[in-house]
Amino acid sequence: MIKTKAIIGALLVSILFAAAPAAAQEGGHSTPEIKKEPWSFAGPFGTYDRNQLQRGFQVFREVCASCHGARLMAFRNLSEPGGPEFTEGQVKALAAEYDVADPSVAGGTRPAVPADRWPSPFANEQEARDANGGALPPDFSVIAKARGTTQPFPWWILNYFTAYSEGGPDYIHAVLTGYHEPPAGVTVPEGMHYNEYFPGHNIAMAPPLSDGAITYEEGETGSVPQTTDQYARDVSAFLMWMAEPHLVARKEAGLQVIAFLLLFAGLMYLVKRKLWAKVEH
Amino acid sequence: MAHESSYVPGNAVEKWIDDRLPIIRWSKEHLMDYPTPKNLNYWWTFGAILAFMLGVQIVTGIVLAMHYTPHVSLAFDSVEHIRRDVNGGRVIQAVHTTGASMFFAAVYIHMFRGLYFGSYKAPREILWILGVIIFVLMVTTAFMGYVLPWGQMSFWAATVITNIVGAIPVIGNPILELLRGGFAVDNATLNRFFSLHYLLPFVIAAVVALHIWALHVPGNSNPTGVEVKSSRDTVPFHPYYTMKDLFAIVVFCIPFAWFVFFAPDILGHPDNYIMANSQVTPTHIVPEWYFLPFYAILRAIDFNIFFIDSKLGGVIFFAGAILVLFFVPWLDTSKVRSGSFRPIFKWFYWLFVANFVLLAYLGSAPAEGIFVLLSKIATAYYFIYFLIVLPLLGRFETPRELPTSISESVLKHSTPVGGADPALAKTTH
Repeated sequence: MIKTKAIIGALLVSILFAAAPAAAQEGGHSTPEIKKEPWSFAGPFGTYDRNQLQRGFQVFREVCASCHGARLMAFRNLSEPGGPEFTEGQVKALAAEYDVADPSVAGGTRPAVPADRWPSPFANEQEARDANGGALPPDFSVIAKARGTTQPFPWWILNYFTAYSEGGPDYIHAVLTGYHEPPAGVTVPEGMHYNEYFPGHNIAMAPPLSDGAITYEEGETGSVPQTTDQYARDVSAFLMWMAEPHLVARKEAGLQVIAFLLLFAGLMYLVKRKLWAKVEH
Repeated sequence: MAHESSYVPGNAVEKWIDDRLPIIRWSKEHLMDYPTPKNLNYWWTFGAILAFMLGVQIVTGIVLAMHYTPHVSLAFDSVEHIRRDVNGGRVIQAVHTTGASMFFAAVYIHMFRGLYFGSYKAPREILWILGVIIFVLMVTTAFMGYVLPWGQMSFWAATVITNIVGAIPVIGNPILELLRGGFAVDNATLNRFFSLHYLLPFVIAAVVALHIWALHVPGNSNPTGVEVKSSRDTVPFHPYYTMKDLFAIVVFCIPFAWFVFFAPDILGHPDNYIMANSQVTPTHIVPEWYFLPFYAILRAIDFNIFFIDSKLGGVIFFAGAILVLFFVPWLDTSKVRSGSFRPIFKWFYWLFVANFVLLAYLGSAPAEGIFVLLSKIATAYYFIYFLIVLPLLGRFETPRELPTSISESVLKHSTPVGGADPALAKTTH
């Protein structure tokens, strides 16, 4: 009896849910759905690809960092386990190439040490806007978690079961590869660029990547294509690491915790069953 | 529940303590011997799960407060500092934020269980009212907690929700300014919210103590709704329910851990990873999922009712949606406690549940197109259920025959009966 009711209720609810967004989307602006990319760090067993993070850092450093800051990342993070894992020597040498503000030394700046945070490219918001035609390049420290994608009903429900948390990198990859000529009849304001995936389609940032713009070093695992798509993938992965530097350790701990809980639950069930066996209930 | 104390001090020290502060006697009576109906199903384990969650939130919250800085220019970075630099910080912070969601999931199940099995009926009205007070305190605490990371959603949720108070005539604005500590949401707001967010959980703990006290006077209700008649109907709380509840808590921790370790941000909103900025309004201001049904009710009133403008109307319905819960014990006129024996009630009840889920969905949808109409219909049914269905149904409905006692119902159901009510069948494993 309750089953039939539940089924009727579920049907009713799902019809409402399915009909509502369909009706609402009529006449709405059309941004194509962003595809889920296969990331190495997706899912409960996900882990960062060290080589990809190193390449992504190269893209970030050579391209993004000229306008975008990363104020929450310290140089030392780059050598920590679970990240790009540069050697401490490499990080020390890298840090020394940058100057950071330090009011306690003569001249007000000194070369950075691994404990310093990544220096911002502009002194303040106004300077950043002046250099970028009035637009403010956002800080990249947690950008990979400050952006996301949406899936139409009912597919977003699946996200809770697949632990989908890669909306940020999916979005970044889509925007970086989403530049093209505006469709017929669409005019792009001066100083703006058409982007298929950027909300509103007009983005102030010029296409930052192009095929062959960054030269990857030949690695042990063979060469990696030097294309816009590959650069976008690598830098998205790097930005995800920057936003979530302890992801690998967190997921490893999670597997142990869930395994423990399953075992504990099984044992508690047996305790409960044995205890209640003598009681009519 | 009145029963003889079976506690005998085991040694001279216990005897000495018992003569001065009989806390061991009290614990044995209330935490171990407390007679509990033997037919409680798993929906009854959510009380223990909620007590556990309150503990989790308080413990993780105290640790977080050691590392958090309540200042508009430092709060956002201090939360990131916890995630990045504090030992185990990423997990503690995720347990606390995901824990809020799990806490609300459990409290909704607990409340819906009460609504189905008529747990609010005499003599448990005060027990129910204390529960509603706890819910209101939880909503307040969670809302203030959501403001603390000082992201875009924190800031704009604080602005929108405090604005609600401003809609109240005459006293609205002074209260609004008192809440915010100024004319706009700013550092003063963040500071007082932090202070209150730390205080309220302890108030909740105190009301929980009263809630459990009010439970222990009449004793637990049960799925049949028939009161306990003799000791044959009950088992001691320990070990029967301590172990069953512990099992349920461990099972509850599995999805909890799933979110904490594999998707700690999925229940939040990406915009909250952007630092609060009073100059930039997010495209959609959405509260946390557990407020969505009430947010949908708030937004559904977009028309003036006589001299009441739509803004105040929304606030009245929003507040009314929670206040109506206080009166449920008197709105429901049925003499039969458990919904299992009320054939027509069940239809309205499950429609109410579906309607509540729909309201949650509507709260997250943009206020346009068909959503606007659906919100109004769903809001109307929310109130119709409490104000019309529950009072009238008790007069017209013919309930099914009740078992004479818990034991009788248990015996009847331990031999498989075709077409038995699954809500009852669940009690017989």
